Amino acid sequence: MPADPTALDLARLQFAFTISFHFILPAFSIGLASYLAVLEGLWLVTRRAVYLAIFDYWLRIFALVFAMGVVSGIVMSYQFGTNWAVFSDKTGAVVGPLMAYEVMTAFFLEAGFLGVMLFGRTRVGPRLHFAATLAVALGTFVSAFWILSANSWMQTPAGYGVNEAGQFVPLDWRAIVFNASFPYRLVHTVLAAYLTTALAVGATAAWHLRRAARDPAARVMFAMALAMVAVTAPLQILAGDLHGLNTLVHQPAKVMAMEGHFQSHPDGAPLYLFGWPDEAAQRVRWPLAIPNASSLILKHDAYAPLAGLDTIPREEWPNVPLVFWSFRVMVGLGTLMLALGATALVQALRKRLFVSRALQRFAIGMGPAGFVAVIAGWVTTEAGRQPYTVYGLLRTADSASPIDAATVTGSVVAFAIVYLVVFTAGLGYALKLMARPVNPRGATWPIPGPIRSAGITPASGVGHAPAPGEAR
Amino acid sequence: MSALPYVWAGVLVFAVYAYVVMDGFDLGIGILFPRYAPGPSRDLAMNAIAPVWDGNETWLVLGGGGLMAAFPLAYAIILPAVYAPVVAMLLALTCRGVAFEFRWRNPRHRRYWDLAFFAGSTLAAFAQGAVLGAILQGIAVEGRHYAGGTWDWLSPFSALCGASLVAGYAWLGACWLVMKTEGALQAQARRQALALGAATLVCILAVSLATPFLGQRYYARWFAWPNVVFAAQVPLLLVIASALFFFLLRRGHERAPFLIALGVFALCFTGLGISVYPDLVPGAISIEAAAAPPASQGFVLAGAAVLIPIILGYTGWAYWIFRGKVGREGYH
Repeated sequence: MPADPTALDLARLQFAFTISFHFILPAFSIGLASYLAVLEGLWLVTRRAVYLAIFDYWLRIFALVFAMGVVSGIVMSYQFGTNWAVFSDKTGAVVGPLMAYEVMTAFFLEAGFLGVMLFGRTRVGPRLHFAATLAVALGTFVSAFWILSANSWMQTPAGYGVNEAGQFVPLDWRAIVFNASFPYRLVHTVLAAYLTTALAVGATAAWHLRRAARDPAARVMFAMALAMVAVTAPLQILAGDLHGLNTLVHQPAKVMAMEGHFQSHPDGAPLYLFGWPDEAAQRVRWPLAIPNASSLILKHDAYAPLAGLDTIPREEWPNVPLVFWSFRVMVGLGTLMLALGATALVQALRKRLFVSRALQRFAIGMGPAGFVAVIAGWVTTEAGRQPYTVYGLLRTADSASPIDAATVTGSVVAFAIVYLVVFTAGLGYALKLMARPVNPRGATWPIPGPIRSAGITPASGVGHAPAPGEAR
Repeated sequence: MSALPYVWAGVLVFAVYAYVVMDGFDLGIGILFPRYAPGPSRDLAMNAIAPVWDGNETWLVLGGGGLMAAFPLAYAIILPAVYAPVVAMLLALTCRGVAFEFRWRNPRHRRYWDLAFFAGSTLAAFAQGAVLGAILQGIAVEGRHYAGGTWDWLSPFSALCGASLVAGYAWLGACWLVMKTEGALQAQARRQALALGAATLVCILAVSLATPFLGQRYYARWFAWPNVVFAAQVPLLLVIASALFFFLLRRGHERAPFLIALGVFALCFTGLGISVYPDLVPGAISIEAAAAPPASQGFVLAGAAVLIPIILGYTGWAYWIFRGKVGREGYH
């Protein structure tokens, strides 16, 4: 029962909208949870107060980001059923177990230990508290593992059969979980989360260094963040390249769209740096191209032939301009991240890491770059999978619920209003927290608030850890 | 016939029960929130659930994910049928979930997030009840699809179920505060627990009386011989539990009322089970018809058998860490 086209487009719009908002948050919380674990570990080993102060500073931001990630994540786990019922019926036996494992191995772990991490420092010893932090960090990673496995299976399905009801059924779980694109997507996405976090932390530190160049906590944050960028950015470009080569093997149409290759190139394909892909004319208008460079990158041979979209039926194409441009946004930002890391390295060697104003401006400008790149990369891979939900097997048009357009319009509008209010407020509060300098005494400084007057209030964990119940 | 689908139905009933009683009391505190004075009372009420609400809500994700994994057909039919209340619930949970963090961020915005916490908690509870009511009254199915309209779920019965769950969650929330607070706030919570206990029992009675007349096979399940002998135990136990609740609450017990309330919810679940079993979508899709292949159910069950006890272990530990009264010094 194909849904009507308007309802289908609206359901796609709603999915794109809700997952884009959601995806930003785990991208930050995966990186932030690991960063917090490193900070608390450093504090346990060195007992330098500055690490604990930075830990407390980011813990509050983490709590905010995590709460937004949880609530927007619950939406995802029900939206498959409300809007993509046919997809759920057909793939539930394969994709559902992966998501069930995500809940059981990751969500409970994060949620169970988050309370102790946020409010429990006066109630458990420092080692047990560190264990809670590690559990939360591990949970964020395990969550990425399962959900990216499920997503990768939709990109490169394997290990399945089809039963008489038309449902995908599992034949080989190892092949399903570790499908062909999964290892590449996992590495690329987790590195992206680390980079995103490092850029956000680096920008925050740079902001404070501009006001107080000797702020020791800002210096520690800045050095840690830019070292992370310097190491991770080149690794990420390498991982992205390998992911692209993997995609060329399994989803060639996606790479053709990324490259803007409408025509086949038997003697080596050009690399379009910029241009406007015109689907109707089947060519890239106003191209700025490097001859043969695409073959060199994708085949490691400048004269290797590369097939184009002319070898693919028109109804099998993804949205070429969208994939082409989202890919360029991601790669462009990745190149800038590499440049930031390299600049920081040079300034560190010149012993000007903390005083270079240009570097601080660069780092501040790059603060949101990770989030933008993550969304752009996600659009590239998801839009590039179209017109399928399960690549080559189940079309998006055949995946939707039998819900009429008016109903989906209602939910799209409701999601848009609530998300814009909630996430705008959340962004504002997060920025406000980041605009405050790190308090060198951590959260033990007196905080005015109604509960504070009661002294140590156990459930709120006042004392050392930030309580939920305080004006911070 | 394989036992797997029935084991899975049991796992899901457990997950949903765990969700209802755990998120029930923290949603309930949201429902009661405007009744508490701004300032220390509200802050204490919030702090009584802040460390645990997130874990509580995870059971809802397990319910959804588990249903998709183990019974994809039921998931694919039920969710489009209850599209509006599910979307309302998701948005309500979003608003009330972020309020936990947001209300502390800017004192000038606090009353708006307190309002979001109240309205979100109430709407989420109502929507969950309405979903239950919609499933009980029956869903139009054609082949493997939901075949009804957008507003089929809405009926006096589903609205009654929604209102009942609001009352029931508020009752759990009041009982939780009786256990976790002291002084004036506890006295207020105790008065609320009395009133809401009575309200919840009236609601249970109303839903129970309406259910057998919904046109499904419920009447026979409850009143045909010999079912009636077993089924009658449920209302009997309910009467005993209610009497015990009011007696112990008036005697000043702090923990027992909450535990009895959990028991009342368990009895309601048993009653639902008697009505619905062995269907997942009453009158349309049975547990076996909706079941994913054994390779899927077995794969997840193997993990669940190990992981759910571990989850219960560390969840219990986290509750233990935050045991005792909120806001009392040196009790540990």
